Amino acid sequence: MLEIQDLHVRVDDKPILKGLNLHLGAGEVHAIMGPNGAGKSTLSAVLAGREGYEITSGSVQYQGQDLLAMSVEERACAGVMLGFQYPVEIPGVKNVYLLKAALNAQRKARGEAEIDAPSFMKLVREHLAFMKMDNSFLHRAVNEGFSGGEKKRNEILQMLILQPHLAILDEIDSGLDIDALKIVAEGVNSLRSASRSMLMITHYQRLLDYIVPDHIHVLADGQIIKSGDKGLALELEARGYDWLLEDAG
Amino acid sequence: MASERMEQLVRTEYKQGFYTDIESDTLPPGLNEEVIRHISMKKQEPEWLLAWRLEAYRHWLTMQEPHHWAHLEYPRVDYQSISYYSAPKSKKDGPKSLDEVDPKLLETYEKLGIPLHERAALAGVAVDVVFDSVSVTTTFKEKLAEAGVIFCSISEAVREHPELVRQYLGTVVPREDNFFAALNSAVFTDGSFVYVPKGVTCPMELSTYFRINQANTGQFERTLIVCAEGAQVSYLEGCTAPQRDENQLHAAVVELVALDDANIKYSTVQNWYPGDEEGKGGIYNFVTKRGECRGDRAKISWTQVETGSAVTWKYPSCVLRGRDSVGEFYSVAVTNHHQQADTGTKMIHIGAGSRSTIISKGISAGRSQQTYRGLVKVLAGAQGARNFTQCDSLLIGDQCGAHTFPYQEIANSSAQVEHEATTSKIGEDQLFYCQQRGISEEDAVNMIVNGFCKDVFKELPMEFAVEAEALLNVSLEGAVG
Repeated sequence: MLEIQDLHVRVDDKPILKGLNLHLGAGEVHAIMGPNGAGKSTLSAVLAGREGYEITSGSVQYQGQDLLAMSVEERACAGVMLGFQYPVEIPGVKNVYLLKAALNAQRKARGEAEIDAPSFMKLVREHLAFMKMDNSFLHRAVNEGFSGGEKKRNEILQMLILQPHLAILDEIDSGLDIDALKIVAEGVNSLRSASRSMLMITHYQRLLDYIVPDHIHVLADGQIIKSGDKGLALELEARGYDWLLEDAG
Repeated sequence: MASERMEQLVRTEYKQGFYTDIESDTLPPGLNEEVIRHISMKKQEPEWLLAWRLEAYRHWLTMQEPHHWAHLEYPRVDYQSISYYSAPKSKKDGPKSLDEVDPKLLETYEKLGIPLHERAALAGVAVDVVFDSVSVTTTFKEKLAEAGVIFCSISEAVREHPELVRQYLGTVVPREDNFFAALNSAVFTDGSFVYVPKGVTCPMELSTYFRINQANTGQFERTLIVCAEGAQVSYLEGCTAPQRDENQLHAAVVELVALDDANIKYSTVQNWYPGDEEGKGGIYNFVTKRGECRGDRAKISWTQVETGSAVTWKYPSCVLRGRDSVGEFYSVAVTNHHQQADTGTKMIHIGAGSRSTIISKGISAGRSQQTYRGLVKVLAGAQGARNFTQCDSLLIGDQCGAHTFPYQEIANSSAQVEHEATTSKIGEDQLFYCQQRGISEEDAVNMIVNGFCKDVFKELPMEFAVEAEALLNVSLEGAVG
């Protein structure tokens, strides 16, 4: 699904990623953990195609295509979706309108017809109920005045509707109380399938109690310094990152 | 890119569709009392109107073209190089049918969703060749006559209803009001007149479109709308299709009078040629629009969507004289490339309990400069007056400018005046968010801008609102990236 090789990225001439390697198979859920400033959010931004990141070397293959050569929209339409750490507010634009525009843009890219209004509303209502969001969400402006938990639920709602092949979740647990975390985790777990891969970026092991990853990687100073299974998370919880950083020297 | 194409179109069309044959009845350039006498004579005007024009002219001679206070830069206009009267233009030289019209222009109309029969008229096709405009107009006029509504050109009104014109003309915008109003008063030759009698709700929205045959956009239009007690009218001015004119200077005056319990809604969509990307050419739009709620509980509402013109100087205002009268101003102004706009409103509260609302949305792109200038004035007698102002600016790119000058003069301590203002940039964050969902950059910009303008669009008559959204999209094509 995703093959990152020796990725080097600079921001404002400062090297952030320094030779990152990562392989995600179809259906796998990987978690990336690491201390602040390790380059976790840079990785998600680069995969989504955000401007302002200079890729100095390395390659990213996504479903056999050169991901780095694709525009932001092309990546989105090819099924790469980023769940934002801080979803942005768009005043005056109804949530339901953004959802429909996004879905239709992606359908168009796949050569499908636009979805008709009744089918769309049916689809949205189902997922809305699943995310325990009421109908009023649809008619509020995108993320405007949403609480932290509502914003994150809204991100997962979009994922349920857009059905990406590769979901990147950037600190999806930040700012959530335990109830909201459970709802978000339930949404994410329902998206797990043999054909969908996920890359979860998180600071805290707490999230991994609710969304159990297949693999865990520790990102520090622009490289993956340790990989393991879910046991690694527990070890990190108990011992912190310092022993790993020392090992990496 | 796309906007360049439109401007090319505008220029091509300027040469072809609007070629003017200098007819014998066109006055040579220049302005003096003889010219004004000639205009008045050609229009078969009564003596009092000629005298009125001449006084305006004499006053105008003592005035200065305003250059110091507005946030605008433009060369001084040479008023002696303008011809102040030309007989109605013949359309003989225009295209004979839509087949002869530049397909790219038609494509623009298509994008804007202009109905098929209107496209022909807009493209300068001799309209009656394409559709029977006479029958449409006739049905329309019969319906209005039944209701007792008068809707005609100002010149016709001067001939047919001189007493009404004399009673109201210049009573809201006095001749000496400002430089351009004085000039307009001296030389106006076109515009509309509407009179809705007591208790009548005008049976349809009045649109200048129904006068399209007679009305090539006049350079010095004069519009007067009067609603008697309890009467109601909704008036639509302009259209979303790109309009061009060989006259660079436009100085219109619009006066609205609302008596007790009357209600006037005046909506404008203005899309005149804004000049090319380097800022060459384009129309100067120096217009004075003012409404007076002369009666108690009267209401006047201005809604405007402005995307055209090189330089705009415009402050549709309300004088709230009646008790509990209401004034509203809803505006979306878009400037791109080198356009400049200094626009806003004035709400003058005289009557007790008068209320006003101002919602202004300015969008600046390219190297354009846009200024909101608004005055809320509460006189001593306006007990309990209220105003709410919201004034938001949206910047696209980093070479444009937005400026806000709100003035408040409050002479009654019971008045409540609120002002909210924001300036924001179309965030890269917002664009990235939409694009990351698969939406193209251009669609994302349109979505964000239309969201920004929602509060104003919902005030527009339905079909106008749809056109206005499309217009905004076309106006901002290529504004990002």
